[in-house]
Amino acid sequence: MLNTIACRKMFTDTLLELAQKDRNIVVLTTDARGSVTLDKFAEELPEQFIEIGIAEQNSVGIGAGLATCNKKPFVCGPACFLSARSLEQVKVDAAYTHTNVKLIGVSGGVSYGALGTSHHSLHDIAVMRAIPGITIVLPCDVYQTRKMVTALVEYEGPVYVRMGRNAVPNVYLENDVPFKLGVANILMDGRDLTIIGTGETVRLALDAGMLLKEKGIGSKVIDMHTLKPLDEVAILKAAKETGRVITVEEHSVHGGLGAAIAEVLAQNNPVPMKILGVPDEPTVAGTSAEVFKHYGLTAENIARIAKKMLEV
Amino acid sequence: MYSIKELEKKAVERRMDLIQMIYDAKTGHTGGSLSSLDILVTLYYEIMNIDPENPKWEDRDRFILSKGHSVEGYYTILADQGFFPKEELKTFSKYQSRLIGHPNVKVPGIEMNTGALGHGLAAAIGMALAGKMDKKAYKVYVLMGDGEQAEGSVWEGAMAAGHYKLDNLIGIVDRNRLQISGKTENVMSLEPFRDKWSAFGWEVTEVAGNDIGKLVQLFKKLSVVSGKPHLVIANTTKGKGVSFMENVAKWHHGVPTEEQLIEAMKQLRQQWEEVSKAC
Repeated sequence: MLNTIACRKMFTDTLLELAQKDRNIVVLTTDARGSVTLDKFAEELPEQFIEIGIAEQNSVGIGAGLATCNKKPFVCGPACFLSARSLEQVKVDAAYTHTNVKLIGVSGGVSYGALGTSHHSLHDIAVMRAIPGITIVLPCDVYQTRKMVTALVEYEGPVYVRMGRNAVPNVYLENDVPFKLGVANILMDGRDLTIIGTGETVRLALDAGMLLKEKGIGSKVIDMHTLKPLDEVAILKAAKETGRVITVEEHSVHGGLGAAIAEVLAQNNPVPMKILGVPDEPTVAGTSAEVFKHYGLTAENIARIAKKMLEV
Repeated sequence: MYSIKELEKKAVERRMDLIQMIYDAKTGHTGGSLSSLDILVTLYYEIMNIDPENPKWEDRDRFILSKGHSVEGYYTILADQGFFPKEELKTFSKYQSRLIGHPNVKVPGIEMNTGALGHGLAAAIGMALAGKMDKKAYKVYVLMGDGEQAEGSVWEGAMAAGHYKLDNLIGIVDRNRLQISGKTENVMSLEPFRDKWSAFGWEVTEVAGNDIGKLVQLFKKLSVVSGKPHLVIANTTKGKGVSFMENVAKWHHGVPTEEQLIEAMKQLRQQWEEVSKAC
């Protein structure tokens, strides 16, 4: 079940394949070729690879300038820095100017577990959501990542992508990965409650759905890979059909997936809802898995909360 | 091709346009627009390879107004060049106008949305890198303010442009020595300013930034083979062209009263008559 490669590696391998055919694809990075796994890209396509050094603001601004000249820049770096240090460049140069810049945040969320809050990106969905014109994507496994890269190259406009650092279990089968920007994927279609994940938590949502199935509870499990534009149709349909919603995210409980879905539901069809994420506090140290467990981001805990919701 | 006197006449005309525009809108950045105007006139009427009929022409020279608040002079020039109708200048800063208080790409001829300081140089570097990749001959001009030089991102850009030897990139600093709170050297000192840019690998030149003859001469001789980006320190006078606005920090975003407008126009009219005689 567990892949031997991480999404970030699949991302760069796929981008390299596409960049060999499309010379306008350009990769920029901030001394992060190791973190992003760009060594091969840099070696094989040096003329399409631009090292910016540790200067995130500059990386996004330069990316925007390249985009105005018909280049297809992918600005790659750790999500914690890309989404915070260069936020004004993201807002003005990428989003406001609407340049075709792809912002690729790797080792997102709590991937850098023990390195501490400086290296965590648990704010990125919230801040990116508040910037008009930007698309936000969190792929959940390598196969989806592969499909996403092709979609990103085809789509013209600014996109923020967040991927984790570690290899993650598959959600999809290699040859069966529906992926369309802005269209959520329904992974299980039960009628008792809905569990929605994004990025690495999709697998947890799916596992929770399976645990509940063993107990005779039917879950609708949704992979919300695109957080903006949000698939409101899928959310409202799920709420109508199941009447209860749990969201699970590797992000602050403020402003992320749960908040986005709550905004839709509260204004259209309020249903009981539970937002699982990282609480508003400095994050605990540990491996990614330990941090997830500490905050209850496990299939077992999701299933427990689901059962509790159904008891009411 | 214009003679220097004809360019000077254009500059006086654009000064009149921008002051009228600011007066009508009751908002605007007067001082910096006046200080940077001769640089803009030189670039747009004489130096840059552009086509107002085809603003996205791929071989065009690029210009970014990194000190985006000095947009008024820029709009008057773009309108006079035919990028958009001159009539539209009357909508400056009005409800639903695209001529807002900072450059934006809805206005034909504008390459980047600016306004937040310290952004233009990085975007210009991206354009210059693209030019090198595509083996294009175009040049990229970016006009920064001197107060703007306190932004750290300027120096990230300075470092990268030097590293990549972008000799198709021309940075210009409108060195009027005043920013919103007072003298640049009191707010956050820049000197030794020339040495700082040189140390980052740039070829630095100083010029009298309100002297169109000298600006034309300088931009025409800038080499594109030296392997170094160019930094032009344009020593200017904030509020240039209107005696009571010159070197007074409060005119950074001062709006003239009716009396001041009349006086400013009188002075500019006089300059226009003098330069017209010499044309």
